[in-house]
Amino acid sequence: MAEQVYFEDINQGDEIPKLVKNCSSQQLVMWAAGSGDFYQIHYDKDFAQSTGLKGIIVHGALKHAFLGQLLHDWVGEKGRLKKFGCQYRGMDYPNQDLICRGVVTGKRQESGENLVELEIWTENPEGEKTSPGKAVVALPSRK
Amino acid sequence: MTQSSIITDEMRAVIGQESEPQTVEVDRTAVRMFARGVGHTDPVHYDVEVARRRGYRDLPCPPAFLGTPVFNPSQPPRTAYVSFKSPFKRVLNGGTEVEYFDEDICAGDVLTSTSKIADLSERQGSLGPMLIIRFETTYRNQKGKVVAILRGTGIQY
Repeated sequence: MAEQVYFEDINQGDEIPKLVKNCSSQQLVMWAAGSGDFYQIHYDKDFAQSTGLKGIIVHGALKHAFLGQLLHDWVGEKGRLKKFGCQYRGMDYPNQDLICRGVVTGKRQESGENLVELEIWTENPEGEKTSPGKAVVALPSRK
Repeated sequence: MTQSSIITDEMRAVIGQESEPQTVEVDRTAVRMFARGVGHTDPVHYDVEVARRRGYRDLPCPPAFLGTPVFNPSQPPRTAYVSFKSPFKRVLNGGTEVEYFDEDICAGDVLTSTSKIADLSERQGSLGPMLIIRFETTYRNQKGKVVAILRGTGIQY
């Protein structure tokens, strides 16, 4: 895993390391089992098409969880996720890159914690932000 | 002619009403399965020794994992929140936010969740009127502490 990041090292505008996902239909089944969301549009192509979709789509909640991994991996062992969320604006599909990204939008200290605010999102191969969102994390201080 | 509101008094009456509490269990297998489904590589979600070395009492939940509601086929299916009769048949998931508090959520915890509709609003979309439902689920652990709040948006149209 990457080196621990510290509050003092972070600046507004910094982009955090990307997390690139590419879901197979098998991963979508594993997610269905892990999350309890068995809605067939995520693994049954005939069903998905019968609802008007062009094919199976990635669960919105899985994209939210991917953004969670993006943040978890960045804050490291000494950091902590406080809040994170996203909106499901665009659909994402299996077997193509789904890029999770984040940019620091602010830093503040509150109640003894070093908080960093970020804009986070998932992006499709066309560069469209399919799940835009925000996060707040706490980072350790070097002091 | 102004469009009349699609939000009825009957709908407004459910805002803020808390659902019956539901038991949600956090166990090691579920933590690992969720982590695996996402593709987490950090061993803290899989290896109890690593978790303990890092100060957790057991495997910590990966982000967005809040345990497994207890399923029992002999009990009637329950809606997550106090629901209302909606004129719309189609639903979209508009978004999800999770907020955490001071306590970690780890395997071995037993949580209780209650849900409510926090807000109802409406919008005119290209497909016609849309009902926006913001709901909130509060998770408390076995010590009665709030460990997470899940906020979701549903769009009915």
